[in-house]
Amino acid sequence: MQNEWLYIGLFFVIGIIVPVVPLVFARLVAPRKPNPVKQSTYECGIETVGESWVQFKAQYYVFALVFLVFDVESVFLFPWALTLKQLPLFVVLEGVLFIGILVAGLVYAWRKGMLEWV
Amino acid sequence: MTFWNNPINFIGYWLNGILTGWHLPAAIASILLYVIGIIVLILFAMTLDIGLVWVERKVVARFQDRLGPNRIGPFGLIQPVADIIKMVIKEDITPDGADKIIYNVAPVLAATSVIVLWAILPLASTIYGVDLNVGLLFIVAAGALGTLAIIMAGWSSNNKYALLGAFRMVSNMISYEIPMVIILLIPTILANTMSVRGITQAQSGMWFAILSPLALLIFLISAIAELGRSPFDLNEAESEIVAGFHIEYTGMKFGWFYAGELLHAFTFGGFIAILFFGGYGGFFGLEKLAVLTWLNIPFVQALVFIAKATFGYWVIMWIKYSVPRIRIDHMLAFNWKFLVPLSLVVLVNTATLNKVLIVLPNWLYVLGMFGSNIVIGYATIEILRAYGRKQRKAEKIPEPQAHTQEQAV
Repeated sequence: MQNEWLYIGLFFVIGIIVPVVPLVFARLVAPRKPNPVKQSTYECGIETVGESWVQFKAQYYVFALVFLVFDVESVFLFPWALTLKQLPLFVVLEGVLFIGILVAGLVYAWRKGMLEWV
Repeated sequence: MTFWNNPINFIGYWLNGILTGWHLPAAIASILLYVIGIIVLILFAMTLDIGLVWVERKVVARFQDRLGPNRIGPFGLIQPVADIIKMVIKEDITPDGADKIIYNVAPVLAATSVIVLWAILPLASTIYGVDLNVGLLFIVAAGALGTLAIIMAGWSSNNKYALLGAFRMVSNMISYEIPMVIILLIPTILANTMSVRGITQAQSGMWFAILSPLALLIFLISAIAELGRSPFDLNEAESEIVAGFHIEYTGMKFGWFYAGELLHAFTFGGFIAILFFGGYGGFFGLEKLAVLTWLNIPFVQALVFIAKATFGYWVIMWIKYSVPRIRIDHMLAFNWKFLVPLSLVVLVNTATLNKVLIVLPNWLYVLGMFGSNIVIGYATIEILRAYGRKQRKAEKIPEPQAHTQEQAV
């Protein structure tokens, strides 16, 4: 393979086309008889009350914050993990120290009760 | 180079010869070759997917003490074909007030996110799409795309159940991606590469499952969570929110969610095989023996890989049909208070021990890695038990007694 990313790009394009083909085919052969009852929102037989796109209590926004911290951290750790073999033990321990700081953050969030689902 | 030891390149050169024989420019010829290769690979995955529908239905039937499909064809083998025909000719209903563009894009994206994983899946030493040097990050990225498809489907359906499913998927994703990404660092450390094929080759002598069994366990759990399968199927919990994110989908659009989920589970079975069981290889050096050199034939390797992936897929199914769904607060607590700290400990352990023990002879190195994982696992269980005892004491719940035969009666 001369160009990896060209291949990945082409893979994406064809990967989109392949699922679309049966959908287009279904569009051609499947019956289409819409009526208001059929197209109403499915809610186990009762009619829906109010708007569906309601404002939802985002209980997990703290989780999202902790997630962000760890996700960015793991991106930093990948180069570290890749070069471990060439580097001396000292660098390994530096990485451990870096993880330790993040663990301290996790412990802080835990102690503050941020990790409780309320 | 013959057809038997490098089929892809062999056919590639042959086709390239034909195409350049037609006086096509070399660039267009190579792009055409890419396209042909990709279509063959995707069609292979899709054919496998059709087979998986049958496998899944048959296996769930056996787990639930039923027979499963057995009418159409021998052992019901033609059943998936009938399923597909049914899905294609079903009426496609779009609910009123749905966000039409997002609603229609979501099932396609759900399928695409799984299909693109096959671009980096090495089926054999010479049969693979592309050998990305950031393969592991590609897995995570494609997985996030699938999650996005679920969120899009849930949001655009204009249905409260679907929206609940999507919200649950968000919480699912933002927690279980962390242990998964941290655990992906462990094959990186052990193999010293992020390329999926490189990781496979690094295991020709010793499986990473033996060097780090805890990593395998955590990866399995977070893979199941990422797949949204039971016990983490909160996004489509039938008994609570009917079908969750795909409640409004009918016909082939539902079909893509279903097919995508099955292929995703199988693909993750494949990734478990690649990351921890040596993928297409990993015969502990046996393939170097004169009587066993046929293990190096690409088609045999591909069969070995499919067998290992099917085993991983079967374990995922086994868990799905045996374990009840867990509550969302338990799920998040399990992730943040158990899996994340444990995976960090495993990471630190692997990074340091790998550096310290590498000077030792090979068998001692393997023993040290394996033993350290056992010690960590044992310590974890002991900490959990001590915590449980403390909590029972605080709430004055009697300690669980060993049940004798009479008590059970």
